[in-house]
Amino acid sequence: MKQSKYLLSIVFLLIFGLSTFASPIKVSDKEIKEDGGIKTEIKDYITHHLKDSHSYSLTSWVDEDTGKKVYLELPLPVILYDNGFHFFMSSKLKHGKTVVESNGNFYRLNYDKSKIFKTNKEGVFDYDKDNKILNYAPLDFSITKNISTIILVAFIMFFLFTNLAKSFAENKGISKGIGRFFEPIILYIRDEIAIPNIGEKKYKNYMSFLLTIFFFIWFLNMLGLTPLGVNVTGNIAVTFSLALLTFLITNFTANKSYWGHIFWMPGVPVLIKIVLAPIELLGVFIKPFSLLIRLYANIQAGHIVLYSLIGLMFIFQNLIGSSLSFVLAFFISIIEILVALLQAYIFTMLSALYFGFAVAEDDH
Amino acid sequence: MEKLISEFSIGLFFWQTVIFVILIFLLKKYAWKPILDAVNDREEGIKNALLSAEKAKEEMVSLQSDNEATLKKARAERDLLLKEAREMKQQLIEDAKDEAKSEAKKIITQAQETIQSEKNAAISDLKNQVASLSVEIAEKVLKEKLSNDKAQMDLVKNLVKDVTLK
Repeated sequence: MKQSKYLLSIVFLLIFGLSTFASPIKVSDKEIKEDGGIKTEIKDYITHHLKDSHSYSLTSWVDEDTGKKVYLELPLPVILYDNGFHFFMSSKLKHGKTVVESNGNFYRLNYDKSKIFKTNKEGVFDYDKDNKILNYAPLDFSITKNISTIILVAFIMFFLFTNLAKSFAENKGISKGIGRFFEPIILYIRDEIAIPNIGEKKYKNYMSFLLTIFFFIWFLNMLGLTPLGVNVTGNIAVTFSLALLTFLITNFTANKSYWGHIFWMPGVPVLIKIVLAPIELLGVFIKPFSLLIRLYANIQAGHIVLYSLIGLMFIFQNLIGSSLSFVLAFFISIIEILVALLQAYIFTMLSALYFGFAVAEDDH
Repeated sequence: MEKLISEFSIGLFFWQTVIFVILIFLLKKYAWKPILDAVNDREEGIKNALLSAEKAKEEMVSLQSDNEATLKKARAERDLLLKEAREMKQQLIEDAKDEAKSEAKKIITQAQETIQSEKNAAISDLKNQVASLSVEIAEKVLKEKLSNDKAQMDLVKNLVKDVTLK
């Protein structure tokens, strides 16, 4: 118990403490000064925030003496696959201002797209007429801001819930401390989500997935509302991965009756059976797809609204307008805290519902 | 849609899937299973405790009725015993009385018999003494009277006359 608390604090120290050692990177930021408009700056800032980033940026400011933009950030490892792996730290990318040379290849970060491209020695991007970059983009397995946050959440969850398990074992089935807060939630997922949707017989097989996905989404949603400024669950790759797991588990654990209802719906005329089969088959894919879009869109939209309202304070720059947008941002934050829990609940609930369809006994 | 696809990062998808799957298995082994087992055990324990409490309550009720029945039975037994004792007392007294009566009767009879036999003995003794006295007197008288033969003959004649053969 004590040891894991110690370990947890080490993890936090590593994540947050290292940021103080992270050397501020000084880059002259001509572009911002060139277009000058605060609206454009806010728009770019929001667009950039919604994307993943190669370094754990905490804050940035313009140094008044030198006029250069200073970034306070934690460098993260960049891993590229381009005929062999390339490793270097994200501090080398310098927000796309410089070209990075690795094993004879040249790479440059496109800051707007938050993506690394292979370039020539000068780091030139070739654009087509739709403003698309034609350069080759190597497979990017970097430990990005989102992935490091996912790892952080995985650590938090592991220590939190193994501690809870230990406190259960030590107190003969009665939780202690923070476990008192999480125990009812675990019981709620079991009694109100898993058992009613999946059924008393089979629910146990799915409990680990449902509990993990609920707390994973919830914690990531909540972290997204902290000043760390991560947007993990509002990223399509993350929600796609989560929904894909639901999809795979649903279809791999499905029984005969489930497939029977899809390809040869019982109890309807043959002609309707033939019409229903493709619709039902489409439904198999649409169900998890709706999961991934729902979570992505909700979190993404919440972040856009919240950031826009905060940005409005700087656009108004007067007492009434700015305080109004502050009050609005405050209330939206509270709603977002609710949405964070609600989206985790909906994702878990619908996953359980789909598992329930897959293992439902034929009662015709 | 095109924007979504272009934003899709394979690296992020890869790491997310790997980390999440590992997390599921780790938590399953070290957290969810022990937690759910502990909760299940606890719920079973509560259920069993409630059941046994109910059972104990029922047992107590049946025990109480048992007690009452035993008490009733004991009371009846006591009454019966008392009645029996009373009857026995009566019997004993009567028996004692009877015995005393018969004993008294026996003693009286014995006494009467003794008295009778004593009386008889006294009578016979008296008779003997009278007889011997008579004989002595008769001897003396006879010695004086019967100093001649004629007197003797007269006496015998008289005596024979007086004696009645019994």
